[in-house]
Amino acid sequence: MKPVLVIGGGIAGIQASLDLADRGTKVHLVERTPSIGGVMAQLDKTFPTMDCSICILAPKMIECYRHPNITIHTQSEVVGLEGSVGDFNVKVLEHPRSVDSAKCTGCGLCSEKCPVKKPSTFQAGLGQRKAIYLAFPQAVPLIATIDREACLWFTKGVCRTCEKVCPSKAVDYEQKENVVELNVSSVIAATGFEQYNPKDIGEYGYGRYKNVLTALEFERLVCASGPTGGVLNRPSDGKVSHNIVFIQCVGSRTQTTGYPYCSSSCCMYATKEAVLIKEHEPSSHVTIFYMDLKTFGKGFQGFVDRAQSHWGVNYIRGRPGEIREDPVTKSLTILYENTEVGKVERVDADMVVLCTAAVPHRDNGKLAAVLGVPLDGYGFFEVGDPVSAPVETGKPGVYVCGSCHGPRDIPESVAEASATAAKAAEDAARAEVGQ
Amino acid sequence: MAPRIGVFICRCGINIAAYVDVPKVVEYAKTLPGVAYAEENMYTCSSDGLNKIKEAIKKHNLDRVVVASCTPRTHEPLFQATCEEAGVNKYLFEMANIRDQCSWVHMREPEKATKKAKDLIRMAVAKAALLEPDDEPEIDVIPSTLVIGGGVSGMRAALSVADQGFDVTIVEKEPALGGKLRGFDSLFPHKQKASEVLEPLIEKVTTHPRIRVLTESRLKSVYGFIGNFDIGVETGKGVETLKVGTIIVAVGAEVLKPRGLYLYGEDPRVVTQSELEQLLHTGSVNAEKIVMIQCSGSRSAERPYCSRICCNEAVKNALNVTEKGKEVYILYRDLQTYGIHYSRLEQEAKRKGIRFLKYQADKPPTITAEPNGLKVSVYSPTVNETVEVTANMLVLSTPLVPVSDAKELSQMLKVPLDSNGFFMEAHVKLRPIDFATDGIFVCGTAHSPKDIGESVAQALGVASRASIPMAKKRVRTAAIMSQVDQTRCSGCGTCIDVCPYNALRKNEKGLAETIAAVCKGCGVCGATCPEKAITMHHFTDEQIQAQGLAALEED
Repeated sequence: MKPVLVIGGGIAGIQASLDLADRGTKVHLVERTPSIGGVMAQLDKTFPTMDCSICILAPKMIECYRHPNITIHTQSEVVGLEGSVGDFNVKVLEHPRSVDSAKCTGCGLCSEKCPVKKPSTFQAGLGQRKAIYLAFPQAVPLIATIDREACLWFTKGVCRTCEKVCPSKAVDYEQKENVVELNVSSVIAATGFEQYNPKDIGEYGYGRYKNVLTALEFERLVCASGPTGGVLNRPSDGKVSHNIVFIQCVGSRTQTTGYPYCSSSCCMYATKEAVLIKEHEPSSHVTIFYMDLKTFGKGFQGFVDRAQSHWGVNYIRGRPGEIREDPVTKSLTILYENTEVGKVERVDADMVVLCTAAVPHRDNGKLAAVLGVPLDGYGFFEVGDPVSAPVETGKPGVYVCGSCHGPRDIPESVAEASATAAKAAEDAARAEVGQ
Repeated sequence: MAPRIGVFICRCGINIAAYVDVPKVVEYAKTLPGVAYAEENMYTCSSDGLNKIKEAIKKHNLDRVVVASCTPRTHEPLFQATCEEAGVNKYLFEMANIRDQCSWVHMREPEKATKKAKDLIRMAVAKAALLEPDDEPEIDVIPSTLVIGGGVSGMRAALSVADQGFDVTIVEKEPALGGKLRGFDSLFPHKQKASEVLEPLIEKVTTHPRIRVLTESRLKSVYGFIGNFDIGVETGKGVETLKVGTIIVAVGAEVLKPRGLYLYGEDPRVVTQSELEQLLHTGSVNAEKIVMIQCSGSRSAERPYCSRICCNEAVKNALNVTEKGKEVYILYRDLQTYGIHYSRLEQEAKRKGIRFLKYQADKPPTITAEPNGLKVSVYSPTVNETVEVTANMLVLSTPLVPVSDAKELSQMLKVPLDSNGFFMEAHVKLRPIDFATDGIFVCGTAHSPKDIGESVAQALGVASRASIPMAKKRVRTAAIMSQVDQTRCSGCGTCIDVCPYNALRKNEKGLAETIAAVCKGCGVCGATCPEKAITMHHFTDEQIQAQGLAALEED
């Protein structure tokens, strides 16, 4: 039986890989960043059960890593695809880590000694990492990587401290990129999404007001393994925030940004983050401004009911028009129209969290061209028949799952991932009987 | 030979180390009887941490391993596999939960947290010293699947399992396949006729060489376990027995008929959304002005869930009748038009003049039957006034509710239902279509309300999940099970009565014995047996006593 190519190492790609590998199919899992795990690895808890996200994800990441049928290619991208179902020739470009993965033990000494600091992607820019770094403590594989754009050796030809301190002599500045050629029977794209950057919505001041954060930034802030150890120190002055406002549908459900759709999970993760604030400090004030409260998933309505009745989270219907910052205290005032009394009201906050649109990943266009499959008008992968063929791209043998074809939550992504595994298994069964 | 126990204490970043003095606990662990080695790790579950366990096993010749970290619920399999890789039987592994049960609950009292971590580790070490190796016998998997329910979910699951090369039997209680899709007119988003999806699908299923369909049939009995289920099916011709390796639950859901609500059942002009679908299907909607009420019977005290599909179905049907020149009002609480496709539908509806009026749960619309129509009066907070509309037809968007025999089925299959009566998956996030019981899976609206595309995705998903053990051909059973000492058993049968899994039976001598593959190791029989004839593997009386006594010692 030929292997299957899975593109994207988030929860969808992980599940698709495990389903196939468990049944005995070899899998090549291609991930563009230094570690598998995806966005789920960055989340603090998951709604509606408040499971610790990394705690339930890490065992699956490790299972992928340890599975004899799965080969993980990190810092890699698919750059070529030819052939047809049952017989695809794939080119995978592996970018250099500048660290020998066979030697690195992930001890972290190199990062400790590295003199260069950069904002950490994993911490959503709130914390810092070094030029040589481990993506996050539970990264899989747990191998350091050098950011060549930041490293002093690559930019200025000086330093080489990491090479000196590495006890296992794993640093390799000469490492070149490498193209791996594979022959696979089916391809599964599970490349995920990204968050809309709200800096263009001037009236909310994101980027200008330090205490206006995105939900993903807040997720790191509230997380025990985040930059503040889970204490809600606001960015401007480190003061612990007790009064926090969430704004839903930022950049979504509006024509002006080009993302007029509902992003599906924001009402619930805002509710989760609100409950987390209350769990950390029950006397906190939390207000969520929403358009429609989307509680359509299993257990969602009950979760929102508990957030309101047990935790006292305050929900207000409306889209605030403007956020103002006090130039001295850096505290914020949110202006909104109270439709019930028909006048503009205001509410003060230490910190504002913007729940932004889930938007197509910027690399979708490139990958779609390589795979020869269509994108929709927004730039998500397009499924031709969402009713009868919900994971099929129209090109036989190429499937999609998870949020690369539109916003969806974790369980939907996981179920779809298994669905793509079933389609790939059908392809393999057909190839076996020679159809 | 004295045991050589290795103890690995996890800092879990700061989750444990910020409240428990981990270096101190490591030093303490080294003093415990039987402990040959102890160390701390930043994250024991990282690949680095796991490698350290393996190295220590080799270097210090360890024969038992204790990890003090988080919960065995998520991490025990990982650490057990690591032990196996280093040549230590996985049942010689023990875990102490010093995070969820210690550092997290004693954040404000670090000294006590440290003391408790020591206690928990002392207990785990005491048990570990008495652990015995066990094996997990392999059993063959019958390469055949039972699909319960012949709606779109059941048919798509069956078709995929069959296309993956395994036999399938579909059991459907109705005379024909098709399920709820039969009641639909057109399907979103391409306005395809439901029959154009359904008829070719039924054709494919009924002509597939690997699929057998039993209509007008009901599940009668389920015995056995993953790989070897014995199924009794009541057909028109009597009870048929089947042997299958895996089971897929695809029984769907029913539409609530809300007798008494908003004059439903009292005034013929009040129909449910699915009845409107039927009327659209037959082309007999005779009303010029239509009012739809969302959340009719859902998001209420009685049914505290959102039924997910009703807003989308209402908008779809509203667009459909608007095209025929009718005027439609949709009274809603929160519009659940999520995702790309449904958002587009909502925008189209607003463009085409469908009137959306928000109402509040505590101020529901009132309906008065009048000779010339139904007077609907509703307070809408968005316009801050009470709006009155006289309609010729009132359409209630009612929720999907569990099928009437869901409880009976769940008891037969020994799988749980959630508080709303839908089938409950093993884990809401990461195992959305598995049951906790191995070899049984759930898809479609039996799990919770969802649209057809989502049901099909889940159906394909369970087709993968159910095929995995069949493709592997063999599965390992758990070693944590009861064992009856035949020399002590008096044959009283108490254990058989209390076993929730039907995992005990009487043998030809009239004495109890465990059916290994069915036993879940819950321990109820062991606790009940008056003769103390039952031993629980991995939880023997000696092991539990040692652990308990260790709890009472002082550090």
